[in-house]
Amino acid sequence: MHTTDSKPLVRALYDDDDVVLGAVKELRAQGVAVKEVYSPFPIHGLDKAMGLKETRIAMAAFMYGLLGLTTIVSITYFQMIVDWPMNIGGKPNATWGWNMPAFVPVVFELTVFFTAHLMVWTFFVLNGLYPGRAPQNPDPRTTDDLFMIEVEEGDHVVELLKKTGAIEITHA
Amino acid sequence: MHYESPVREPLVLGDKTYHDITLDVVRPVESTAPKSWWIAFGIALAMFLWGVGGILWTIANGIGSWGLNKTVGWAWDITNFVWWVGIGHAGTLISAVLLLFRQKWRMSINRSAEAMTIFSVIQAALFPVMHMGRVWVSYFVLPIPNQFGSLWVNFNSPLLWDVFALSTYLSVSTVFWYVGLIPDFAMIRDRAINPIQKHVYRILAFGWGGKAKHWQRFEEVSLVLAGLATPLVLSVHTIVSMDFATSVIPGWHTTIFPPYFVAGAIFSGFAMVQTLLIIVRKLFKMEDYITIQHIEMMNIIIMVTGSIVGVAYITELFIAYYSGVEYEQYAFLNRATGPYWWAYWSMMTCNVFSPQFMWSKKLRTNLVFTFIISIVVNIGMWFERFVIIVTSLHRDYLPSSWAMFSPTSIDIAFYMGTIGFFFVLFLLYARTFPVIAQAELKTILKSSGESQKKHHTEDDHAHH
Repeated sequence: MHTTDSKPLVRALYDDDDVVLGAVKELRAQGVAVKEVYSPFPIHGLDKAMGLKETRIAMAAFMYGLLGLTTIVSITYFQMIVDWPMNIGGKPNATWGWNMPAFVPVVFELTVFFTAHLMVWTFFVLNGLYPGRAPQNPDPRTTDDLFMIEVEEGDHVVELLKKTGAIEITHA
Repeated sequence: MHYESPVREPLVLGDKTYHDITLDVVRPVESTAPKSWWIAFGIALAMFLWGVGGILWTIANGIGSWGLNKTVGWAWDITNFVWWVGIGHAGTLISAVLLLFRQKWRMSINRSAEAMTIFSVIQAALFPVMHMGRVWVSYFVLPIPNQFGSLWVNFNSPLLWDVFALSTYLSVSTVFWYVGLIPDFAMIRDRAINPIQKHVYRILAFGWGGKAKHWQRFEEVSLVLAGLATPLVLSVHTIVSMDFATSVIPGWHTTIFPPYFVAGAIFSGFAMVQTLLIIVRKLFKMEDYITIQHIEMMNIIIMVTGSIVGVAYITELFIAYYSGVEYEQYAFLNRATGPYWWAYWSMMTCNVFSPQFMWSKKLRTNLVFTFIISIVVNIGMWFERFVIIVTSLHRDYLPSSWAMFSPTSIDIAFYMGTIGFFFVLFLLYARTFPVIAQAELKTILKSSGESQKKHHTEDDHAHH
C-alpha cells in the first residue's frame, strides 16, 4: 500500500449504502482500483463486490479451539492422573479415559475460552485495533451516516465518481 | 434487496434516517443526566455501600456472621448466586441465540441485555468468592498447586466446574459485548466535541474506522462468538445445576436439573430485561426502537419458559412419588406443606401462574402489566432457588438435626448490596455507553423501518 509507486488517492463520499455498492461494482468494471470503502455499518455483499478474499478468522478460531482442547486435556491428565492421583469416594483416578466424563465440563469451558479470546485478539491485531489508536477513517462522518470510497487517481476518475452518485470528492 | 414482507411489523418506528439513529443513540451520552437518574443512582449507591459494609464485616468476622447453621450450610449465598447467574442468561440468549436464528428484533435490545448479563454475573461471582471465607486465598480454585505445594485442584468436583464455567462465561460475554461496542464507540468519538469525552471514546474505540475488510472480519467474529456463546450459556446453568444434582441430598439429586435450571434462567433473565428496558425506553425516549412488539416477543418467551419451569416442577413431584424413595417423597411433601410452605407457594404462584396471563395479547402488550409481572417473576425465581436449597437441607435425615434458617443483617446487607451494585453499574452504563447497537440497527433500517416499509408498498403499487 505504501510502496513508492502508489498513486495519490481520491476520496468520494456517498450517502446511501446501495449507491455505494453499485458504485464499487461500476468503478471496478471501468478498471478503477477501489482501495478502501469506509462505512458506518457492514454492507452486505460489499466484500465480494470489492473482490476481497474471504476471511480465514473462523479457521484460526478452530485452531485456537484445538489448542485449548489440548491444553486442558494435558492439564487434567498431568494433575489428576500422573502427578497426584486421588481416590474420591472409592473412585480412583486410574486413567484419563475412565475419568473423562467428569472432565467434560472443564474441557468444554477451556476450549471455548481459548477459541473466543484468541480469536478476538487476532481480530484486534489483524485490524490494527488497540486502545487509544488514532481513528482509521479519514472523515468522521463515515461512522455516522456517510460512506467513503477511496480510489487511485487516474483519467476520468472524478467524473466517474460523480456519475456513480458521489456527493463530495476530495484529493488526498 | 431490502425487501421484507409487509406482514412483518416494522422494528424501527417513525420516519428515521441513519443520522436520526445516531442522534437518538448518542442523546443520553451527550446530554447531562436528568434529576431522575441522579435519584436512582443515589439510591443504588447507598444500597451498594450497605453491601460493601456487609462484605467487609464478613471478611473481618468470617461467614459465621451469616445465618447458616450445621444443618442449613448453604442458604442465601448460593440462592443469590444462582439467582444472579440465571438473570444473566437472557443477555447471551438474545445476543447469541437470536443472532444464529437471524432474529432482527434482537438488535435494539441486545446491547442492554448483554450489559445486564455482565453486571449480573459480577454480582453472582461475589457470593461464592465471599463464601470461601478467606478471600485472600481464593486463587486456590485455580489449577495451580495449592499453597504452591504439590496438591492440585479436584477436576472431578462440580464446584471447580463452576469456577471454569463462570470465568469463561463472564470473560467471553465481555469480549463479545466489547467487540460489538467498538463501532458504536467510534461513532461517539467522531461526534464528540468536549475534549475529555473525545479522548475517552478515542481510547475505547480502539481506532475503529469501518474499513470493508474490518467489517467482513467483524461479522465473522460476531458469528463465531455467537456460535460459541450459545452452547456456553447452556453449559453454565447446566454446571450450576450440577452443584446440586451430583449430590445425594433428596430434592437435589435429580437428572431433570440441567434443562430445568436453564429454562428457569432464561425465564428470570427475560423478566429482568423487561424490567430494565421498560425503564430505559421511557427515560431515554427509545419508544421508536424498543417497540411494543419487542416487549411482546419477550413476554412470549417468558410465557414459554415459565410454562417449561411449571412442567419441571410437576415432573419433579411426580418422579418423587414414582421413585418410591421415601426420603425423596418426604422432601417434596415437606416443600409444599412443611414450615416453608409459604416459600413454595410463592414460587408456584409467581413462576407458574403469573406468566400464563401472557396468553392474552391485550395483557402482553400492556407495559404496566408487563413491568409488574417482570418483577413478580424475579421474586418467584428467587424463591425457587431458596426452596430448592433451604427446604431440601433444613430437614436432615435425622429429626434431631432438623433446623430452620433465618438470615442475619449481614446476609441482608450483602444481598441488597448486590442489587445496588448491579444498578450502579447499569445506570453508569446507560449514561455513557451506546444503549442500542446502532451500527447493527442501521443495517436493518431499510428493510424494517416503518417509513421505509411504507415506501416499498407504494413502490409495488407504482410498478404494477
